[in-house]
This record gives sequence, structure tokens and C-alpha cells, in this order.
Amino acid sequence: MAAPAFLRRHLAFLAFSIFILSAPLFTGNIYYLSILAFMATRLMITLGLNLLMGQAGQISLGHAAFAGIGAYGSAIMTTRWNMDPWLAMLLSAAFAAAIAGLIGVPTLKLKGHYLAMATLGFGEIVHILLVQLKWLTNGTDGIGGIPSLAIGSIDFGEPQMFHWLVWGVVLIMLRISLNLVDSRVGRSLRALHRAEVAAMSLGVNTSFRKVQVLMVSAVFASIAGSFYVHYVHYVSPVSYTLTFSVILVTTVVIGGLGNVWGAVWGSVLMMLLPEYLKRYNQDYTLLVFGVMLILIMIFLPGGLVSFKTLVAKMRERLGGARTASATGPGPTGGS
Amino acid sequence: MALLRVENVTKRFGGLEALKDVSFSLHEGQVKALIGPNGAGKTTLFNLVSGIDRPTSGHVFFRDEDLGRLTPHAASRLGVGRTFQHSKVFDDMSVLDNVKVGRYGRSHAGVFSAFLTLPRHRREEKAISEASLRALRRVGLGDRAHESAGNLPVGDRHLLEIARSLASEPTVLLLDEPAAGLNNEETAQLAEIVRRVRDDGVTILLVEHDMGFVMDISDEVVVLDYGKKIAEGPPLMIRNDEEVIKAYLGEDI
Repeated sequence: MAAPAFLRRHLAFLAFSIFILSAPLFTGNIYYLSILAFMATRLMITLGLNLLMGQAGQISLGHAAFAGIGAYGSAIMTTRWNMDPWLAMLLSAAFAAAIAGLIGVPTLKLKGHYLAMATLGFGEIVHILLVQLKWLTNGTDGIGGIPSLAIGSIDFGEPQMFHWLVWGVVLIMLRISLNLVDSRVGRSLRALHRAEVAAMSLGVNTSFRKVQVLMVSAVFASIAGSFYVHYVHYVSPVSYTLTFSVILVTTVVIGGLGNVWGAVWGSVLMMLLPEYLKRYNQDYTLLVFGVMLILIMIFLPGGLVSFKTLVAKMRERLGGARTASATGPGPTGGS
Repeated sequence: MALLRVENVTKRFGGLEALKDVSFSLHEGQVKALIGPNGAGKTTLFNLVSGIDRPTSGHVFFRDEDLGRLTPHAASRLGVGRTFQHSKVFDDMSVLDNVKVGRYGRSHAGVFSAFLTLPRHRREEKAISEASLRALRRVGLGDRAHESAGNLPVGDRHLLEIARSLASEPTVLLLDEPAAGLNNEETAQLAEIVRRVRDDGVTILLVEHDMGFVMDISDEVVVLDYGKKIAEGPPLMIRNDEEVIKAYLGEDI
């Protein structure tokens, strides 16, 4: 009895896990695997950002910078200080969390979108530092020769192995995000998003929870940055700009707020669509991309995850129309 | 000793004096009503008692604790619950999930135990669900638990806010215009619920314009007018108080 209920509850997660983890068995194509690897690191960031935006209702325009902290932290600590990559990843994530806390404590006490403004400034500062602190970051030349990840004799420099590693981490992040949403903490975040005063009056320490979810999302982004540089073995400041932060926010909105799976579908679309459009005339790529985003926002304001409700609504409308025409016009026709 | 003491409270917003030297106290097990014309300072007082705002001078004591120095969530955990005049139901959550938020201060799972859904966390979630359902049944919304809260009619929204607050096990419950928008039948039902909650040992302070309702369920009434307390006493006495009648311009109370 317990097994079917468990299956039903976790069907989407299990199906997605099996699908994505079995992908390398069907294709050894490095190009496809690399798109999937980039998609995985993108997804790590958007999962955290989805929690922050969808649950707590706070916008960050600095998530590229949190990813940058992970990327540069790993790059610097492994190439210059010969540190163990896993330890470097951990320290970078801790640093990102600390910075997120420093930004969050003063701004999240206030109501309104102060966090968006503060993170916007923070993102710019980080970008400037990455370019200007040449002694540390090598400026616009970037840092190369970043080692692959490994555990003992298992080398994750091999594309298929990296696929399993990075998607394994994504699946863990997805699982714990889903768990969080369906918990006391998740409910308190949604509550403070809808009516902060009411949430406070029910005992929720709202500023603490907001800072905490910002820190969690910064850690996700930082880990994504670390995995990314261990995959491409190189880092430069061009990846960590406001443009990237805006793309991340767009991805989360397109995918759908208020549902963790929104981050998944948003990231899949935002990675595959430009990749697909690249085959055609480069000049039209951006145009087509922009139009698609506008269409999604018009017809799926709840994001890609709301597709099911849209289909249900259409079916209802069509079904209603059919009954109406069958019974002829009349006051009861539409029901 | 009084459970809640409002002592010489003054609250200024810029040049406006919303409350002027107001004092009264609330005894355990009482139902006390706060009445007065619009703008008399009733909601301002509620905000001071629930820690949302701070008095300019004076104190609000809950037992020995100065509420003027506490945050709303600390006040809630201490045992001060409230509902809102303008419904603050979490619309896109289910009715049950709304009430579950009320269990927040009575549960402990943090972000890590939520991430990992530890057995301890699962047990606590189960307890939260059960307590929340009990709270919903207390206000008669037990069979609507799984509906979306946004679909509830006005009267049920008030009840949901009451259930949500009850889930936090308050010692004092502040009800801000709970009968607003209710028809006679619903108001009678509400009075029944308020009485039952009081019988369960919850002390109640309420703001209400429906005088029939106020006179029916209150043990004592405090009348505010332009931020000043102009009368305090049992309903019968208030009904015949000249100053009160004047403040209401002869309205029948």
C-alpha cells in the first residue's frame, strides 16, 4: 500500500531522474553532453533563485555574481593555492553565503524591492573587482588550467562521468528544494510573500527567513559556478555580468514562480532555444527569442509549469462550447 | 493581576495624535470590546498590542512583558494572536496551509531538517496537520480544509483568520472587526464561536462596529473617541452613558 502512494507522490521526480541520468547511455556525443552539463549548472542557480523569488517573493539581480564567487573562488584556490577542489568549492560557497547574509540583513528588514537594488549594485561591484583585481583574478584574461574534479581514482573530467556528477547534484538540489517548499519553512516563506504582517503575527520571523533563503540561493549559485569552471577549465569576467543575472531572473519567471519545477522547464527552454536558433540566421535569433518570451508571458503568465492548467482551461472552454452547440443556445448551455 | 495592561499609551503619527493617554486592562477569561467611531484609534491600539507598532509614550504589558519592545513574531510566541480588519488570508494557499502557518511558532523544523525530511520533521508535520485541522473544526471550516483560501466567501475568511490564530495557541486573541460583512445568521454563528473560544480559556479583545454583536458577547466595553478613552464598563452601563451617546451622535447602541 505504501509503495504506490510513494510512487505517485514522487513520480515526476523519479521519472525526471531516470530520464536525465540515463541520457549518457544513449548518446556519447560530446556536444549534447556539454549542453546538458551547462544546463545542469544553470539549473543549480535557477533552483535557488526560484526559491527566493517564487517562495519568498524577493528579486535578486546579483545571482551572476554569486555564481562568479563560486567560479573564481574555485579557480583561484585550486590554481594558485593548490587547494583540493572540493574544499575550494565548499569555502567559496561559505563565502557566498556570508556575502548574501551581509547584503540580506540590512535590506530584507525593509519592505519593498530593496534587495533587487542592493544585489544590482553588488553584481556590478563584483564584476568590476573581477576585471580590476588583476593580481588575484588575472583581469580580463581570466584564469586557465583549472583542474577537473576527481574522487580518488574516479576522474570527472570524462564527460559522461561529469554528467552523472553534476546532474546528481542537481537532483539533490531539486529534491531538497521540493522538500523545503512542502515544509514549515516553505509555508512561512509563501505566507510572508502574500501578507508579511499576517505572517509576523503568526510567529514567523520574516526577516530571518528571507535572509536565510537568500543565503541558500547564493550557495546554490556558488556551487554552480564551481562546477562550471571545473568543467570548462577556464574562467573570465565576461560570464558574470548584469546581463547574465537578468537572464537568470527571466529563466525563473518564464519557467514559473511558485513551483520548483518552473526552474527546470525554464532552464531547459532557455538553454535549448538559443542553441537551436543558432543554426539559422544569427540576426534573427534574438528577435525570435524575444517574441517567444513575450508569447509565453501573454499566454502562460504563470510560466511554463502552468501549461497543464492552460490545457485544462482550454479543454473546459472547448467542452463548454461543444455542449452549448449541442443543446442549442440557452441559459443552461454553457454549464 | 490583569493579563494585559495598557498604561497611559499615547501614539503620535507626525502631528496626529491617534491615541491620547489611554489606559485599561484585560483580565483572564474576559471578552472585552473596543468601540468608537471611525478614526478613534482602535486599530492603532491593536497594532501596539500585537507588536507591529510602538507607543510614543506609555506601555503595553502582557503579564510582565513590555509588548512595546517586542517584534510581532515575539508577541505571537508569547501568546498574543490577532486577526485583521482587512483580510490578510494567504489567498493562493489552501485553507489548511493557511492554518498550518499558524502552527509556525509551536513547531521547530528549520531549513536543514526540511531539506532532508528527517523522521523528526515528518512527525512534526503530522502534528502540525492534526492541530491545524482541529483549529479549523473549532470554527466550523473543517470540511473546507483542502479548498483554495482565495475562494472563501467573506464570512469564512474571518473564520479562517480566527482558526489560523487559534492554531498558534494564543492566550489573548485580538479580533479586528470580525463581524464586518456578515449577515445576521453568520454573526450569530460568529458569536457562538467566540464564546466557545472564550470557554476554552482564551481571553478576547475585539474591535467591532456591530453593536448588537458587541453588547451580546462582551463582558466589558472600552469606548474610544478621537484617541481618548471616554468610557469603560459593562455593556449595559455603556449603552446609557451620555458621553458615549454623544460621540455616536445619537446612534442607537
